[in-house]
Amino acid sequence: MIQLQDIVKRFHAGTPDETTLFDHFNFSVERGQFVSIVGSNGSGKTTLLNLLCGSLPVDEGKILFDGRDITHMREHRRAAFIGRVFQDPQKGSCADLTILENMALADCKRGRYGLTPAVSRRRIEYYRTLLERCGMGLEDRLRVQVGSLSGGQRQALALVIANMTDIDLLILDEHTAALDPKSSERIMQLTDRFVREKGVTTLMVTHNLRFAVEYGNRLVMMHEGKCIFDRTGEEKAQLQVGDLLSLFNEISIECGN
Amino acid sequence: MDAFLGILRVTLTEGFIYAVLALGVYITYSILDFPDLSVDGTVPLGAVVTGVLILHGVNPWLCCLISFACGALAGSVTGLLNVKLKIRPLLCGILVMTSLISINLLIVKTGTRVEGPNGLTDGVTVANFFTDPTIFSTAPTTLIPKSVQIAGSAFQLRTIVLVLIIALIVKYLLDWYLTTRSGMLLRAAGSNAQYVTMLARNPGVSRIIGLALGNGLAALAGSVIAQQKGSADLQMGTGMVVLGLASVIVGLSIFRKVRFLRPTSKVVLGALVYKACLTIAMTLGLPTELLNFLMAALLTVALVATHALNRKKGGEAL
Repeated sequence: MIQLQDIVKRFHAGTPDETTLFDHFNFSVERGQFVSIVGSNGSGKTTLLNLLCGSLPVDEGKILFDGRDITHMREHRRAAFIGRVFQDPQKGSCADLTILENMALADCKRGRYGLTPAVSRRRIEYYRTLLERCGMGLEDRLRVQVGSLSGGQRQALALVIANMTDIDLLILDEHTAALDPKSSERIMQLTDRFVREKGVTTLMVTHNLRFAVEYGNRLVMMHEGKCIFDRTGEEKAQLQVGDLLSLFNEISIECGN
Repeated sequence: MDAFLGILRVTLTEGFIYAVLALGVYITYSILDFPDLSVDGTVPLGAVVTGVLILHGVNPWLCCLISFACGALAGSVTGLLNVKLKIRPLLCGILVMTSLISINLLIVKTGTRVEGPNGLTDGVTVANFFTDPTIFSTAPTTLIPKSVQIAGSAFQLRTIVLVLIIALIVKYLLDWYLTTRSGMLLRAAGSNAQYVTMLARNPGVSRIIGLALGNGLAALAGSVIAQQKGSADLQMGTGMVVLGLASVIVGLSIFRKVRFLRPTSKVVLGALVYKACLTIAMTLGLPTELLNFLMAALLTVALVATHALNRKKGGEAL
C-alpha cells in the first residue's frame, strides 16, 4: 500500500553540517499491517513519518500510496487519508475549544468548512459513545475546554479525533512517550483496540520496546537511516524484549559506544 | 452635570465606533495571534473610500459595505504576504500600512478632483462632505429622535443609538461566525495550526480569511468615523493599532473573571472603558497633542497590569 522508493533525505544541505540521513532508502508497508518502529535517536524513525505525512519534503525518490504518486502532495492534502497522533498531547486537539467543539470540527473533515453551524446537536450522542470507549469519563465533560485536560486524556481525545473519519493510514509518533506509565499503558491498549476494530494500516514509532513487541504484527528496527531488522507475522510474534535489547547493544558496540 | 453628559456622549459615541475596530483587532490579535499593523492603514482606507463615494452621491449604507470590502481586500494582502511569501507578521503589517498611505492619498486626491474651466483641477487631501447625506442623516436612522432633554440640557441621542446598533450587529455577526465551521476552523488555526493541517485544511487560508475580516471591520470603523465627522483625511489612521489593541487587552483583562460575558462583549466594553479614560483625561485639560502619548501610556499600564495579574495566577501574557 505504501512504497518509499529510493528516498534521499539530506539535512543542512549545502552547509558544512550536511548529513545524509536516507541514502536511497526503500521501505514498503502492506495494507492492514500494524508496524512498530524502534531505533535509537537520530536513526530516522520520526523523519520517516514526517516524509510520509509531507511535513518534510524528500530530496530524491518517490512515495507511492496505493500506486498513486504522493511525493509532491501537500501535507494538508495527505491528511485527508492519513490520521496522525503526535508525542506532544497538545498537538492533537485545540486547547481553546471544548471537547465538543474539537470533535465537531474533526467531524467536518470530509465535508466543507462553510457557514453552517459547526456543532450539530444530533451528533452529540455519537461523540459521547466514541468517548465512552476511552473509559476516562470524557463523555461527561463535553463542554470543558480541552486545555484543562490531563496529558493522558488529551492523547485519548487525539486518538479518537484521528480515527473519527475513515482514514487509510494511522501514524503514531511516539504517542505514549510524554505520558506517565499508567496513562501510556492505557493509551496503548486503546490504540490497539481502535486499530483492530477498523483494521487500519498503522505505523507506530516508539521507544518502549515492550509495546513494540506486544502490539502490532510487524516490527522494524532502524539505524542510521536503514532498516536493520524487520520481522513480520509468526517471527514477530515470537520476539522477546530481550532479543531487541541485545540487538540494540550490538549496534552500540559497532558504533564504538 | 454638563461635563458629565459631555464625557458620556463622547465615550459612548466614539467608544461604540472604536468597538467595531476593536472587534477586528480581536480577530487578528487574540484569535489568530497575529500582531497586525495594517489597521493603521485600513481605518483611513475605509474613511477615504466612504468620503469619496459620498461626494459622488453613493448611498451611505452602501459606502459602509464597500469600505468593508476594501479593508478586507487590504487585509487579505497582508495575509498573502505572510502565507505565500513567508514574510513575518509584523513586517507584513508594516508593508501594507505603508503602501496604503500612498493608496489612500491616491483615492482621496482622485476622488476630489473637480471639473473646472481649465479641465480637471487637482484634488485635495481631505474629503469634506458635511452637507451630504450620511448614515446618520438618512432613513431609517431618522426614525430615532435627534436629541432628548436630560436634566435641562440636550443629549445627542440619534448618533449614540445608531453606533450602538452598528456595534451590536457587528458583535452578534462575529459571535455567530465564530460558531460556524469556517469560524471554528479560524479559532483552531490561531491556537494550533498543526491541528488544522490534520483536518486536511490549509491553515494559511484560515489566516487570510481572519486578516480579511479583521481589516474589513477596521475599514468599516473608519467609514463610520468619517460619516460621523463629515470628513475623511489620512491622519486619522495614526494610533489605530494601539487603540484597537488597548481595547482588546483592557476588555479581556478587566472582565477576565466575568464568565457570563463572551470575549466579544468584553472587547466592546473594553473599547468603552478605554475611550472613557481618554475622554476624562481630555476633559480634565490634557492638551490634544498628548492624546497619542496617553493612548500608548494607558496601553502600557494595561499590559503591565495584565502581566502582574497573570503572574499571580501563573498564566500566560496576553
